[in-house]
Amino acid sequence: MNHTRPMPDRPRRLLLASAVAIGCGVAWRPAHALSDVLSAVLRKYTGGAPTREGKVKFDIAPLVENGNTVPITVTVDSPMTASEHVQAIAVFNEKNPQRDVIVCTLTPRVGRASVSTRIRLATSQQLVAVAKLSDGSYWTHTVDVVVTLAACIE
Amino acid sequence: MARTLIHAPATARKGEVVEIRTLIGHTMESGYRAGSDGRTLPRDIIRRFTCRYNSEVVFSADFYPAIAANPYLAFFVTADSSGSFTFTWEGDNGFAQTESATITVT
Repeated sequence: MNHTRPMPDRPRRLLLASAVAIGCGVAWRPAHALSDVLSAVLRKYTGGAPTREGKVKFDIAPLVENGNTVPITVTVDSPMTASEHVQAIAVFNEKNPQRDVIVCTLTPRVGRASVSTRIRLATSQQLVAVAKLSDGSYWTHTVDVVVTLAACIE
Repeated sequence: MARTLIHAPATARKGEVVEIRTLIGHTMESGYRAGSDGRTLPRDIIRRFTCRYNSEVVFSADFYPAIAANPYLAFFVTADSSGSFTFTWEGDNGFAQTESATITVT
């Protein structure tokens, strides 16, 4: 007889399908899903213009031991010429008392779009660095940090 | 007068991108902390930093309470002519301070 396909085929197919579904689920979720708070802050900053991940590199330790002074560096990939340069670099946080951290205004004479400073972090949270380019586009880099000793805010 | 530390090269080749590092002594009181009497300490921060190169603004930054005490800032500038850098910090309670550094471009 050629109609002898075994019964257990169905559970196996189900298992395969669920494995694929789980795999896709993981793949679909971006590495750093932007929190609602930061999305709203970004929308306000850009005036509704779309933002894209890329070009910006936000350097910060993923595990912060002291939230009172956290070194950060934001570097943007840009030739910094009069026609193509970074106009502004801003950093926003999710859970400090205030959303803004720093807003820098750059000119082509800067030569290299890179800024370093030290910030305060009240708790483990998400941070986003956003760069405004001379062509009007906005680029971001989102990072999640764990803070073991919080900055004193109370 | 707050103490400042400024690292800027004294000489540079024309067109060279030089790094400038600045630090100023300031408590950057956030306005969210309580004092010993339990009352919230009023905010006292530096709000704005400006770097002028031969009196033209090349870089500026707005600070918020999330900037750590003794604000440190490092950035780059293209050395295109000899002259001076002027750094200005302005903040709450009428805080204002200006420092400068000279650069010789060859």
